[in-house]
Amino acid sequence: MSATGETVLEARRVAMKFGGLTALSDFDLTLRTGELVGLIGPNGAGKTTAFNALTGVYPPSQGEVRVAGQRVNGMRPHQICELGVARTFQNVRLFRELSAFDNVRIACHAGSKSGFTSAWLLTPRHDAEEERIRQRAGEFLAVMELGHRKHEVARNLPYGEQRRLEIARALATGPRVLCLDEPGAGMNASEKVALLALIRRIRDQFSLAILVIEHDMRLVMGVSERVMVLDHGVTIAHGRPEEVRRDPKVIEAYLGDGKLKLRPPRGAEGGAA
Amino acid sequence: MRRARLVLRSVAPFLIALPVLWLAQGASPPDVSIVLVAIAVNVILAVSLNVVNGFTGQFSIGHAAFMAVGAYTAALVTTGMQDLQLLGLPEGSSDALVFFLALLAGMAAASVAGLLVGIPSLRLRGDYLAIVTLGFGEIIRVVIENTKALGQATGISGLPPYTNVVWAGMGVVATVVMARRLLLSTQGRALLAIREDEVAAEAMGVDTVGWKVRAFVISAAFAGLAGGLLVHKIQLVTPRMFTFVKSMEVVVMVVLGGMGSITGSIVAATLLTVVLEWLRGVDQYRMVIFSLLLIVLMLTRPSGLFGTREIWDALPRWLRRRVDGGTP
Repeated sequence: MSATGETVLEARRVAMKFGGLTALSDFDLTLRTGELVGLIGPNGAGKTTAFNALTGVYPPSQGEVRVAGQRVNGMRPHQICELGVARTFQNVRLFRELSAFDNVRIACHAGSKSGFTSAWLLTPRHDAEEERIRQRAGEFLAVMELGHRKHEVARNLPYGEQRRLEIARALATGPRVLCLDEPGAGMNASEKVALLALIRRIRDQFSLAILVIEHDMRLVMGVSERVMVLDHGVTIAHGRPEEVRRDPKVIEAYLGDGKLKLRPPRGAEGGAA
Repeated sequence: MRRARLVLRSVAPFLIALPVLWLAQGASPPDVSIVLVAIAVNVILAVSLNVVNGFTGQFSIGHAAFMAVGAYTAALVTTGMQDLQLLGLPEGSSDALVFFLALLAGMAAASVAGLLVGIPSLRLRGDYLAIVTLGFGEIIRVVIENTKALGQATGISGLPPYTNVVWAGMGVVATVVMARRLLLSTQGRALLAIREDEVAAEAMGVDTVGWKVRAFVISAAFAGLAGGLLVHKIQLVTPRMFTFVKSMEVVVMVVLGGMGSITGSIVAATLLTVVLEWLRGVDQYRMVIFSLLLIVLMLTRPSGLFGTREIWDALPRWLRRRVDGGTP
């Protein structure tokens, strides 16, 4: 798909500093509706830090983030979520003791106007609202092929389904931008292929812009329109996959030996990335 | 017709409870009635604390302070309006109305106290929050103890004996309905999300600080109701009734019943109240036996009597849909 949609997320010269450590510097990104952009880089390159800066987990030390034209620096994550940025986490963070259905229903609250009083009095408005949420949540579960797991407690789901449930939950917030932090971590190659196909499908179905961190170079190159490569917090390459793949800086920093390593060791990504 | 059905569904628990409570009131001699009220007060306290500690996963140990605020406020209203004849009503109805207003005033005052404590402290988590709620709880008590208008350490005595089994029982019904319907709503699910994973909840658009404060305020309001009910049974209110020990007692009930289980809170509060009453006969061993009981229970059932389960989970689905209004 060509990058002709409207700009939904913009980062300009974003920097993140923790004490004396610069985890991210001069991070520039423009995401348009319908795009799927891959974010890659070796361990500790600042990929997750970039996610955290975009979604408000930390306010950026410098620079500016705009969602649909609105500056979001210093907003709390839930406010940024309401503007349309949803995310998943590198280490799955589901509401573990709740059912798959409830996980998604929690994210469906956006646009909900009924308050405590109508919940306590069981007003018709409350009924209608709850019914709408039930329907929507059911749909998102079905989209992520989890319909049969509706009443299963999240922690009992197999790992791959937990990852998909996290995406269903993020979708339920009604995002314009979906940030996926290693959605395929811990999956085998064929599962990853299926997952990325699913991700492309939801991008088209919900007209999203998707930013995805993925370790598997071959896969990320295969599905992304654009790829950004981070190393030590610096963007060393940015462009179409085939260009990035040939970029000598990328080869040196990320691939080291000059040959494309197709399968880096599983779980090599560190928590501080 | 449909409208009438909806109204009926929303007030059904109260309509069902009222005649039962009337009968219970008529059938219980004074000494039983006082135990029933004590049970009801503790159930209200435990269920309301469960909203914060169980549903939302925050650890508050200052519940008795909100109870105190509600108790004193209600006491001031009833003693101030005792001789008033409201709206030309007969004496019984006028008293009932005064008491109702007093309880509402107590709840309102307690929720304001909850808001004042909640806003600064709910940015903290876990142990820190526990310490701050404990501190605030003691501050509120000490302020009362040093306020002349509230009778300082001797408190206020000679309160009208308005509370009976019906009033206390309706308080329980109101509290349980509040908690249950909250749990089944969007608002309640936001609280559960905070308990499960605060970072993820925030990322999914849940205003975690805002919801924690709301949970705290609601919880405080019902603690205030419990306070108002209790002091109009024993006709006396003193600061000593609302010490840290009382707060801990409620925490124990919630933990023992199972954090997040309304049924658990009800059962544990009833059980502990009855056991403590029983043990009055062997006063010097009372706390020893009580503590032993807790140790044994926590060793055998570490997640409480009910975990997060509810008694009505055992009901067939169609019946549950009728009771809960369509969910889950």
